[in-house]
Amino acid sequence: MIAPALIGLGALYLWPFISTFVKSFMDVPVFGAGEFTGVDNYTKLLGDEDFWRALGNSALYTGLVLLGVPIAIVLAALIEQAAKGRTIYRVLFFLPVVTLPVAVGMVWRFILNGDFGVLNYLLSLVGLPGEYWVADDRFTIYAFAVVGIWMGLGINLIILGAGLQSIPVELYEASALDGASRVRQFFSVTLPLLSPSVFFVTVLTTISALQMFDLVFVMLGSINNTALDGSKTIVYLFYEAAFVQFKQGYGAAIAIVLLAIIMIATAIQFRLQRRWVNYD
Amino acid sequence: MTKRGQWRIHTLLIIAAAFMVVPFVWQILSSFKTSNEVSSLPPTLFPATPTIEGFETFFGSVPFWAQFAVSAVSLILRVVGQVLVASLAGYAFARLRFPGRNIVFALFLVMLMVPSQLFLLGQFDLMKGLGLLNTLPALAIPGMFSAFGTFLMRQAFITMPKEYEEAARLDGAGTLRVFWSVMLPMARPTVAALAVLTSLYSWNDLLWPLIVTPAGDFRPLPVGLASMQGQFGTDYPALMAGALVCTLPLVIVFLVLQRQFFAGIASSGLKG
Repeated sequence: MIAPALIGLGALYLWPFISTFVKSFMDVPVFGAGEFTGVDNYTKLLGDEDFWRALGNSALYTGLVLLGVPIAIVLAALIEQAAKGRTIYRVLFFLPVVTLPVAVGMVWRFILNGDFGVLNYLLSLVGLPGEYWVADDRFTIYAFAVVGIWMGLGINLIILGAGLQSIPVELYEASALDGASRVRQFFSVTLPLLSPSVFFVTVLTTISALQMFDLVFVMLGSINNTALDGSKTIVYLFYEAAFVQFKQGYGAAIAIVLLAIIMIATAIQFRLQRRWVNYD
Repeated sequence: MTKRGQWRIHTLLIIAAAFMVVPFVWQILSSFKTSNEVSSLPPTLFPATPTIEGFETFFGSVPFWAQFAVSAVSLILRVVGQVLVASLAGYAFARLRFPGRNIVFALFLVMLMVPSQLFLLGQFDLMKGLGLLNTLPALAIPGMFSAFGTFLMRQAFITMPKEYEEAARLDGAGTLRVFWSVMLPMARPTVAALAVLTSLYSWNDLLWPLIVTPAGDFRPLPVGLASMQGQFGTDYPALMAGALVCTLPLVIVFLVLQRQFFAGIASSGLKG
């Protein structure tokens, strides 16, 4: 019964994983067999300015997207307290999740356009200057982050909503009898009891933000300028090395570094959780 | 809660919901404008002279129905394959005893943590070696297997009472029969969750299809749409029309099945 799963995972996951690991120590030409070059790919990475910039971009993007977690907590709590219309709100917030990321990227690129984008127009109405939000690499990562938060909100809301529903009503009644205000209740009942869900959402958001690719590809896809050079993420760099420049060994090394980063980030989050996550 | 409290909650939620919806509204309105109008200043809210030029350009330049078929068929293959493979393996991990079970299961868990990019090079080589580039199997096969699906199904089977299984066995049913006629039907909510998540992931995936469909018209919608942006970089009405048309199928399915969607996501807690 596990044979199909084993064969599939062996051929499509385990073997590719091993071959990527091996390739990261090789120079693989487009044709012919590769040649072992030891840690060359890794030392080259350490000296590669693009790599460090992509690493910084991914870290900044991840940090910014995590700001979406508190937003999701507040919205989830508001939705739970609404007497009517909960389903409608959930559906509206969830729409971006079922939308093709490619389509999302296109729409936001249009809205954020520096010349005729509607955001700049709205800003001009209140007397603020417009910017080239996507094409100017001072802003690109921030633009990605806004879109990233917007895209991920719906799913975080659902997970947090499920967590909120599992909090016993009696706790609210008891604290209300003790004279706790709504805000007080939020901080001393809701947040501590919701912390396992918050932790879960934080870990998932971190992992998926570190793997962001689609927005770079779509929002900067046909822009051949400094914005793309300055705003690549780690996964975009991997894609470019392995599948555009056909430097498989170098791409493999980038992928291995990405794995290491995700494992370290997850391990740190699991260590920190002891301080703030509340399990009964 | 007091009426006033409710009023405040709805005000906040409506403002937030507006942020979610405005980009879609802008997309729809812009898809009916002329390319001159979308780049005019100040921008107009409603199209001055509504036109379907954008849609005509989109349908004229992208083989939409071919790409739609590629996306739809590979979605069905992935969902059916994933449900079958993962529930069989999940059941085995939950209920059967066999040598090495714990080690193999630990391996599955490790795979859950590994980012998908790590498999891409090897999966690409495999598909290329088998001569499957630009074919449906290349698009669908890797998506039919996942450590996550196996894990999800195992969790479902492990919580089920053993009595049903024992009763079926006493009636003379074999392992496969017990699985198919007794256990799998009871796992329906989890199967639905897995199907929902696999569909979302399959329909929206960009990186893998981009890699394995390097040439020709054989591509799923996200790749087709992305390549259209390269050709019509500034024809925003056409791009917005395309984005709208490619998004609609899954949005419609979602609106019809939203209850199951939410139950599925909440019970599994995975994001795509």
